[in-house]
Amino acid sequence: MIDFLKAAGDSPSEYVTHHLKHLQVSVGEGAFWTVNIDSLAMSVALGVLGLGLFWLVGRRATAGVPGRLQAFIEIVIEFIDGQVRDVYHGSRRFVGPIALTIFVWILLMNAVKMIPVDLPPGIAAAAGSEYFRAVPTTDLNITAAMALAVLLLMLGFAVAAKGAGGFAKELFTAPFHADGPVMKLVLAPANFGLNVIEYLSKPVSLAMRLFGNMYAGELVFLLIALLGMAGGNLLMSQAGAGSWIGGSLAFLGAVVAGAAWSIFHILVITLQAFIFMILTVVYLSIATEHH
Amino acid sequence: MDINATLIGQGLAFAILLWFSWKFVWPPLVNAIEERQKRIAEGLAAADRAKAELADADQRAEQEVRAARAKAAEILERAHQQAGQIVEKAKVDAIAEGARQKAAAEAEIASMLQAARSDLRSQLGSLAVLGAERIVRREIDAAAHRALIEELANEI
Repeated sequence: MIDFLKAAGDSPSEYVTHHLKHLQVSVGEGAFWTVNIDSLAMSVALGVLGLGLFWLVGRRATAGVPGRLQAFIEIVIEFIDGQVRDVYHGSRRFVGPIALTIFVWILLMNAVKMIPVDLPPGIAAAAGSEYFRAVPTTDLNITAAMALAVLLLMLGFAVAAKGAGGFAKELFTAPFHADGPVMKLVLAPANFGLNVIEYLSKPVSLAMRLFGNMYAGELVFLLIALLGMAGGNLLMSQAGAGSWIGGSLAFLGAVVAGAAWSIFHILVITLQAFIFMILTVVYLSIATEHH
Repeated sequence: MDINATLIGQGLAFAILLWFSWKFVWPPLVNAIEERQKRIAEGLAAADRAKAELADADQRAEQEVRAARAKAAEILERAHQQAGQIVEKAKVDAIAEGARQKAAAEAEIASMLQAARSDLRSQLGSLAVLGAERIVRREIDAAAHRALIEELANEI
């Protein structure tokens, strides 16, 4: 009955570590050359699914009266376009699709959290695989990859806006401006250091914020599941009225807490996707600004 | 939680999705939205235009009606005038005709009177002569009395 917990004798810490292990495939020598096939597959599948839907709707989009699906898609597009318009004051030909991709993709990846924590590993176990972590954004690799891509986009936008020379010059002359050539030389290392820190801190904060929120949320879901499991075990042990009451309370607590945390996570899922998107747009906007 | 090659895979997937979304997803949807916005703006402008045209047409129709009414009033006025003139003329004609007929009648009366008078006079003359003859039969001097009788006849 409690098979999906692997074994009733599993300790809570074993349960948690098991659920936090990735399904990995080694693609080369060394620890780096392994791929978390679960998060990558989920991420690619969700990206294809989400943007594929947008693409299908866009392919037969009509400027006349839109159907329900097209109206919904257009609401999303207009929402994103409006947000981008407020923040980024250039052509939205590139920034719009970037924001759309980030928002839709991260939203879908976060939304996998709404699936009960034991279900994906359970299905994987039934399919013969020992581990499966379904929420891609609880994998630092996924969020870091997207944040690094945003860093590359920032650099690309900066170079496109100011030219390679202008960008390089700005790295050494801003934010501290100097008048004389001597002072310029003195301030150049400080400027460069600050700029490097600034450019690096942005993707790090992007990646860590999303990963941290999702990972912590996942942990809490696991703890709630553990509470429910403990309650269930107490109930099953049939060791008198005390175990019955305690087990019921623990189980009920797990149900209430799980529901509350899930409802709260509807907000977190959307908010984190939105924050990642809007910060990306803000960073791109800053990167194109002249100092 | 270790950083591994998943990073590269996800980066590549992100790049491909970005390209796909830039190339195939964003433009048609945004175009459709903008196209519809343009159409709605055009529709609203057309509605405004039609409203203005309607107001214009209303005004013109009112002008036409007013002009027609004025013209009708003018025609009526003229007809009244004409009718008055006709009546007046008829009156004048009638008066003239009346006067003419009256004059003719008077003339006829006068001529008839004249004829009667002369007839009477001649009859009176012969009557007088006859009378005189009778008298003269007793006391004949026709010539002497004739002047007397004619004088008498003229007095009538």
